[in-house]
This record gives sequence, structure tokens and C-alpha cells, in this order.
Amino acid sequence: MYKEYSIIICSGTSCQKGVPGELTEIARQVLLKHGLDQKTKISLSGCLGMCSKGPVMIINPGYTIYGKVDAGNIGKIIENHIVHKKEVTEHVIHEDHLFNRFYSIFGDMDFFGKQMRIALRNCGIIDPDDIDDYLSVRGYEALARVLTDYTPAQVIEQVKLSGLRGRGGAGFPTGIKWELTAREKEPVKYVICNADEGDPGAFMDRSAVEGDPHTIIEGMIIGGYAVGAKNGIVYIRAEYPLAIKRLERAIASARKEGLLGDNILDTQFCFDIEIRLGAGAFVCGEETALIQSIEGFRGMPRPRPPYPSVKGLFGKPTLINNVETWANIPVIILDGAEWFSSIGTEKSKGTKVFALAGSIKNTGLIEVPMGTTLREIIFDVGGGIPEGRKFKAVQTGGPSGGCLVESDLDTRIDYESLAAAGSMMGSGGMIVLDEGACMVNIARYFLEFAQNESCGKCTPCREGTKRMLEILTRITEGNGMDGDIEKLERLGRMIQKASLCGLGQSAPNPVLSTIAKFRSEYEEHVIDRKCRAAVCTRMLTYEINGKCVGCTACVKVCPTRAVSGVKMNVHVIDQSKCIKCGACYEVCKFKAISKQ
Amino acid sequence: MITEKDKKSALLEFIDNYREKDNFESYLIAVLHRVQEVNGYVDEASMDLIAHAMGIPTARIYGVATFYHFFNLKPVGKYIISVCMGTACFVKGANAIADKIKEILNIETGETTKDGLFTLQEARCLGACGQAPVLMINNKIHGRMTPKKTADMIKKIKRNALKQKVQGQR
Ligand SMILES: Cc1cc2nc3c(=O)[nH]c(=O)nc-3n(C[C@H](O)[C@H](O)[C@H](O)COP(=O)(O)O)c2cc1C
Ligand code: SF4
Ligand code: FES
Repeated sequence: MYKEYSIIICSGTSCQKGVPGELTEIARQVLLKHGLDQKTKISLSGCLGMCSKGPVMIINPGYTIYGKVDAGNIGKIIENHIVHKKEVTEHVIHEDHLFNRFYSIFGDMDFFGKQMRIALRNCGIIDPDDIDDYLSVRGYEALARVLTDYTPAQVIEQVKLSGLRGRGGAGFPTGIKWELTAREKEPVKYVICNADEGDPGAFMDRSAVEGDPHTIIEGMIIGGYAVGAKNGIVYIRAEYPLAIKRLERAIASARKEGLLGDNILDTQFCFDIEIRLGAGAFVCGEETALIQSIEGFRGMPRPRPPYPSVKGLFGKPTLINNVETWANIPVIILDGAEWFSSIGTEKSKGTKVFALAGSIKNTGLIEVPMGTTLREIIFDVGGGIPEGRKFKAVQTGGPSGGCLVESDLDTRIDYESLAAAGSMMGSGGMIVLDEGACMVNIARYFLEFAQNESCGKCTPCREGTKRMLEILTRITEGNGMDGDIEKLERLGRMIQKASLCGLGQSAPNPVLSTIAKFRSEYEEHVIDRKCRAAVCTRMLTYEINGKCVGCTACVKVCPTRAVSGVKMNVHVIDQSKCIKCGACYEVCKFKAISKQ
Repeated sequence: MITEKDKKSALLEFIDNYREKDNFESYLIAVLHRVQEVNGYVDEASMDLIAHAMGIPTARIYGVATFYHFFNLKPVGKYIISVCMGTACFVKGANAIADKIKEILNIETGETTKDGLFTLQEARCLGACGQAPVLMINNKIHGRMTPKKTADMIKKIKRNALKQKVQGQR
């Protein structure tokens, strides 16, 4: 039924920090009070990507985006906007005016201006729990077209022509992968959506599933038709309860509408989707480990070939693609491979979603055309570094990637040029670092993660990463030894070459890339025992300066009684007793403790 | 009251739901998830039960349960605090928050306090990087944390738990 007004409240994880449902309830009450409840559709949407301004609410007419909405102000905003037809300007997000390429809802916001939404086209705009909402934005139209007008070979041809490449990290051409799976002559085949989202600092796939689950389902059905599979599986992390719930509901409603199950849309084609939960192992994002995990085993990779397209799940030909890859499929069919391949660079077509975080103003999810420069992403879309601090590096590709520096900022985002600059596209994590970050510490963080997640099957990865971590730990603790940096480089290259799977092969990347770009910072740690960012606390010296008023707060908190002094007089720290715990620094209200 | 026996038969029933499916054994992880959902952790008695019901050696089940970080093999506290150790939270000082909790509760990551009130865990990105550093207490996300805010929060939970206990005794 058509409703005059609509209120869309973001219910992505980031915005849901309040009590979920609380805002909707207040909105409902306000509308009821003015007798507008029947005329207004209230829906919950997925993530719009503006997480730093959340919780976000969109009110139509006007498609005005309101930010920082809470229980205290939502009533007032709705009353003013809908009843008094006045925007509540102080809450409108408009330094970045509205835009959306597809449904021309949003105008020309800075935040959206350089963005282009294909994979996330519906996220934040439709209600993910309502299949009618999806249908109203041409949902399942691509599927209908494929089933009626295309042979499987023609579908594969379109995907090949589009130039789409895997968004899970490696960038393998999707059309070719489909062709390889289609070629196998086995009656039973599988189609898998990889929603294991391994990168510890990113949440693109989660938002895509939470915000628009039907797109993934539609993509997978089309994939199943193309390669001749009847069984679809979404392998998703158990840590994503909301995404799982939405996906379950979406699958159920698609079944009800005859879009999944036997004789889809009254054709001969049958396909169904099942959800399998991961259980928190990074390595299970790797395709052969993922297959082991679905089969109910420890998720340990095996050598390839045979590739999953030949011998995959339960020994059958299997097509595995990432969430974002699947989300692009319906658009390629609807708007055409030619249009899709007109976006991007020569070898990387379409758009890429990134999770922007770290030292940046607009944290959140963004989607930009391939070929956008890092500078545009960080300084235009991301709004730059907050509080006047200076840009230091940007880390892409998470624990498998590397960091890029000021001189790399004009690099265009595509698979080849990011690799050439010493990092990688990865799955979409993008962490911006300012001068306050210590590169050795960051490298240690990623290596520790990889070390923890190593499945232990092969020695170079299992033992090698452990040795590297030991060396890095002693460097950050101020006990680095002569030759440690060279040892890290040697070990790192060995692990890259000798490990079985991508985890081991890429685990040393963050270390090698930070050594390549910030060697002097490593040397300072090892030779001068200094951390210029004052992050590696064991190397710091805490001293009391002239601002001390002698309040004795630090004397009380120091666990080793290293601070002494008379009340109302400047105190001193006995360096031989100080264990650099930072307790005094934290407690001092007068900024009288300096660390260097 | 739910007895151990009820729990057992409920689990067996859950397993039977999968019996007709192809590749029945592959649902082992789903069954382990179920055990943890009901029990809070994966206990040895349940593993034995699954072994018999699914025809999988207990050793293999144990191997699977220990491989995946998501499964707890020890009982957990009433409040599970997961500190996000994702990259965004890490660069914004998640370590200091985890350290503070360890100091206050006197436990390490993965451990539970003696009174059974708190378990400390580490999480990967919780999808709320915009509010880093983030922690989650029993599935509720709290953003823009500081060591002090964390300490206050724990204090409050402790106080409430104490109140409830006193009221319960009356
Ligand atoms: C250690 C490791 C972790 C991975 N994690 C993921 C992941 O979380 N999500 C994903 O889609 N692909 C991941 N991959 C890549 C998959 O192996 C596989 O290439 C991908 O799912 C294929 O889909 P695509 O062609 O659509 O990218 C990972 C690979 C490795 C080596
Ligand atoms: S490289 Fe590491 S994660 Fe991969 S198979 Fe070897 S030990 Fe396991
Ligand atoms: S890194 Fe902590 S929420 Fe994303």
C-alpha cells in the first residue's frame, strides 16, 4: 500500500548501540499522537555507511538524512519534519548533500559525491526484512530475465564481459571461475557465498548482508543457474547474529514467493540456499579451509589443484564467491555488462566497498569506482584526518596487506596498482594512521593476529610467524638486537615462499611493507631504543615536569612506589623503580607527567 | 526446572532434525553451536553424547571444538565482556581498555572471575568502528570507551548484582 510519508531508521550494528526498537517505538507514538500512523511507513534499514554520524534516520518526502538521532530528539525531528513541514536543520547531515546513482534519491553530498553505489545500492534505503521493498527497486528482475531469456552460457558470457573480479581479496576473474565450474559434468554441484569476513578491522560483507540480503540471494540463484548447481550455501560468521537473522528471514520469504525451491518462477530450474555458520577461525575464509569447515572438520587448507571448481564441497564442483562479488551480479544483468565495464580502470571494473576507519573524520562504509585515488578516498569522501593531525600511512588489505604512505596517495585503486605500490586490494579494510601511530606496533598487531590464526598445518607459517612475533615483541619492548630487522626480512620472505595457503603466504606482508617504508622507525626502536610516536610504552621515560602542584595523586597510584615527594611540592620519579605502567600519567590532572 | 535429562533429549532431538539430510555428519559444527547456545559452553558430556548420536569419534569432535575460537570449553560468567581488538579499535587504544578490565577483574582473556560474574573475551571487528574503541557486554555494544568508562560500567554491574543477591536473600 502506498504511504504518504516514510521514515527509515538505520539499524546497522553501529547505529543499534541504543536499544534496538526504542527509536521506532517513539516514532510510532509520535505519529499516533498526530493521527499520521496510517499514512507513514516506518522501516528499519541496513547501514548507510555514515557510521560516525549515526544513528541515522531518513525522512521522506525530501529524503532528508538526519544524524545523531536519539531517544531524546527523534520525536521533535519527526514532528517538525512531517507535521510542521520544517527540517530540523541542526540535525540534517548536509555538508554532504544527497546522492544515489540508481534511484536518484540522493543529490550531491560530498560523502556520496565521489561514491558510486552498486554492491551497496540498496543498503540503508530499503527495509531488508521486507521482500516487497526489494521488489520495488527492481529486485529479482535480473533473475526473471535470466531464467526466461538467457541460456547458462549467455549468463557466463555477460559476467565475463563485465570484467568483474572477485572481491574476496585475490581478484580472480569471476566469469572465468563460473565457466570452469560450468564445464564440469557432474550432476551435483554447489554454489557458496563466502561471508566469513576475515579481516579483523572491516565489516563490508556484514553490512551488505544486513542491509540487503535479497541481492546476495538473487546473485547466488543466477550463479546456480549459470553453472548448473541446485544447492547454495552461505557460510557466515557466527559472530554476526543480526546478519544471520536477516538472511534467514530473506531466504524464507524468497521461498514463499517461489524464488527459491523447486521450479523457480515456474521454470524448470530448482535451487535452494542453506546457511552454515563459521565459528571464528580466520583461515576458514580461505576457500579450501571453508569447504573443510562446512564438511564438519577442522578448517585446514589443502593444496590446490584440484581447485574447488573441479573438486570442492563433498568432492563436487563448487563455485565460491565473496558477498560483494555476488551483490554485483544482479546489476550486471540489469544494466548490462557493457555499462558495468565502462566503470573503473582497464583491468579492474566496477566499484569497491571499503570500511574506512582509524584516524579519519567520516568513518564508515564507502563504495567508490575503481580508479579513484587514495587521496580522494581519504580526503574527500573520508573528510581527512581529524584535529589537524598529519597523515602518516594507510593500511589496506588487513593482515594480508601492507601500508601506503604520502607519496602513494595518488595511486588509483585497482588490483594491479595497489600491488605495485606494495600493498593489496584485499577485501576492503582501510585503516588510516596519523603521526600518533607506531608502525612497528601496527606490524606487530597484524602479525600477532596471523600467528594466532595460523592453522598449524605447515611449519613455515606455524613456527616462522612465531619467531617473527618474538623478534617484533622484543623490538617493541626495547630489547631489539643488532640484525633483528634483517632477520625479520629473511624470515618473512621465506614464509611467503614456503607456506601452503594464502594466510601464511601473506602473513609477513604488513611487517615487510612497514620495514620497506619506515625502516628508520624500526632502526630507532632497535638502536636508539626510542619510539617516536610514544606508543611502545616499555621504551618511554616518564618524568614529572614543572606543572606539578604536589597533589600526591601519582604517589597513590604508583604500584612500585617509584614516585616520591612532599605534598605541595614537585614530585620525582625514581627511574630505577619505574615499570612504565603509565598509571601516574593517567591520573595526573595537571599534565605534569611527560612521556618520551 | 530443566533437568540434565531434558537437556540431553533436547539435544538428541536437535541432532535428529539433521538425520535425513545429505552429509549428515557435516552438521557437527551446527550441533556444537547449539550446545553452546543452550549451555554457554561446550562440555565434555555433550561431546560424548554427540559422538554416539552422530557416529563421530569424540576425539574428532574435541579436535573441532578446540580448533574454532568461537567455542568455549569452560563455563562462562553471567556477563561476557568482549573487547573489540579489531584494527580500528586497536589503533584507538583497545589495549588500554582490555588491560584495565584485566586489572580490575584480575583475570586474563578467556578467563572467568571466581564469582562467576564476568568472562573476558576478545572480539574481532564488531562492525562499529566509527565508535572505536568498542566493547560488547552480553551482545550490547558500547562505543567510544575509555578505561575510566569501562571501570565505571563494571562497578555498576557489580553493584547491581550485589543488590539482586541481597534482595534474593530477603
Ligand atoms: C587466509 C585467507 C582468508 C580469506 N578470507 C576471506 C574472506 O573472509 N572472505 C572472502 O570472501 N574471501 C576470503 N578469502 C579468499 C577466498 O579464498 C576466495 O578466494 C574467495 O572467497 C573467492 O571469492 P571471490 O572470487 O568472489 O573473491 C581468504 C583467503 C585467505 C587465504
Ligand atoms: S600457511 Fe598457515 S594457515 Fe595456511 S595451511 Fe599453512 S599453517 Fe595453515
Ligand atoms: S575494529 Fe572494533 S568495531 Fe571495528
